[in-house]
Amino acid sequence: MSLDKPYTDIPGTTIFDADKSREGYHLNQFCMSLMKAENRARFKANERAYLDEWPMSEEQKQAVMARDLNRCIALGGNIYFLAKIGATDGKSFQQMAGSMTGMTEDQYRDMMVKGGRSIEGNRKTGEKK
Amino acid sequence: MAKIVGTITTSHVPAIGGAIAKGLQSDPYWKPFFDGFPPVRDWLAKVKPDVVVLVYNDHGLNFFLDKMPTFAIGAAAEYRNADEGWGIPTVAPFRGDPELSWHIIESLVAEDFDLVTCQEMVVDHAFTLPMALCWPDQKWPVRTVPVVVNTVQAPLPSAKRCYKLGQALGRAIASWPKDERVVVMGTGGLSHQLDGERAGFINKDFDLKFMDSMVNDPAWATKYSTVELVELSGTQGVELLNWVVARGTLPEKVSKRQANYHIPISNTASGLMVLEPA
Ligand SMILES: [Fe+2]
Repeated sequence: MSLDKPYTDIPGTTIFDADKSREGYHLNQFCMSLMKAENRARFKANERAYLDEWPMSEEQKQAVMARDLNRCIALGGNIYFLAKIGATDGKSFQQMAGSMTGMTEDQYRDMMVKGGRSIEGNRKTGEKK
Repeated sequence: MAKIVGTITTSHVPAIGGAIAKGLQSDPYWKPFFDGFPPVRDWLAKVKPDVVVLVYNDHGLNFFLDKMPTFAIGAAAEYRNADEGWGIPTVAPFRGDPELSWHIIESLVAEDFDLVTCQEMVVDHAFTLPMALCWPDQKWPVRTVPVVVNTVQAPLPSAKRCYKLGQALGRAIASWPKDERVVVMGTGGLSHQLDGERAGFINKDFDLKFMDSMVNDPAWATKYSTVELVELSGTQGVELLNWVVARGTLPEKVSKRQANYHIPISNTASGLMVLEPA
């Protein structure tokens, strides 16, 4: 039996725990393969064929091809490793992070320059008890 | 006997490497961050360390999910950097100090810290960028000992455990019989979150309290669980555990030699501190 997870109530936040790590193992391993230039080139040339080399679920492959990072995280991806997909696409960490928030790139950059997302209303789901 | 002359704690965002490669130190976006470092370099020129013990978290370059130690330490004669896929240049190799590494290992294991020991190890941006900020010519004048803390895959070691590790590490270094000067570095944080709808999360109030506690109340962070630290500082802000280890190596009373705090670099609130034993 897995442990209680008292930490699933931070809004918009996934704790990368053992369950996620198991579910996402091959997804994350695929991501790490993109640290090698020749793998980046092979992935870019034919994403589907490259993904098929990894024992990932179909859902994980679809999420990668759609660059849906929130979905990737829900399926066990970890941003430290998913970031290699963004780097392959020539995207900055800020563009990647922004893409998960439903904001445009400019809106997200502005929010960061103005001090980032506040903890007010972002600490616990259903904050006011 | 060896002496810990102080600690340097700093953020380690990959984008810093991009900014260094492009020479953006005076660019208005980057200047408030890079301006924190000349006083650190002046301090280093004064204290002249022989060795840097650098506490950080690896992001998959050396430890992936196949093997994820809670605490690990390098015991190699040399540590190389490698391509992490960011497109930033790799840096020159670092000299290790296997004798000191093994002394620390003996000492920590005797104190019941069961570390993974690594006679081969590559070091990622969390190690190389803080070094490059301290020595921009990248001609490293020190030997190095990497200490790695898992801040990636929960369960993470508690802040309390990290602080105790730091205290034991401090005792280990102080019992090294050579007359050498040691700087302990801790890298990561401060508040940031790179993932999910809460990405972009920053908690200035918490960061400033944490930085103040580094000087005045070193065990302050140990009252929080790692999940509370994520709630308060973000999914990646929890890298501040590396600061907690570094702080543990110093005595209760310290003096602050330098501090800088700036929002944002990329997605991150950057923090920088230099502390000396009082
Ligand atoms: Fe990091």
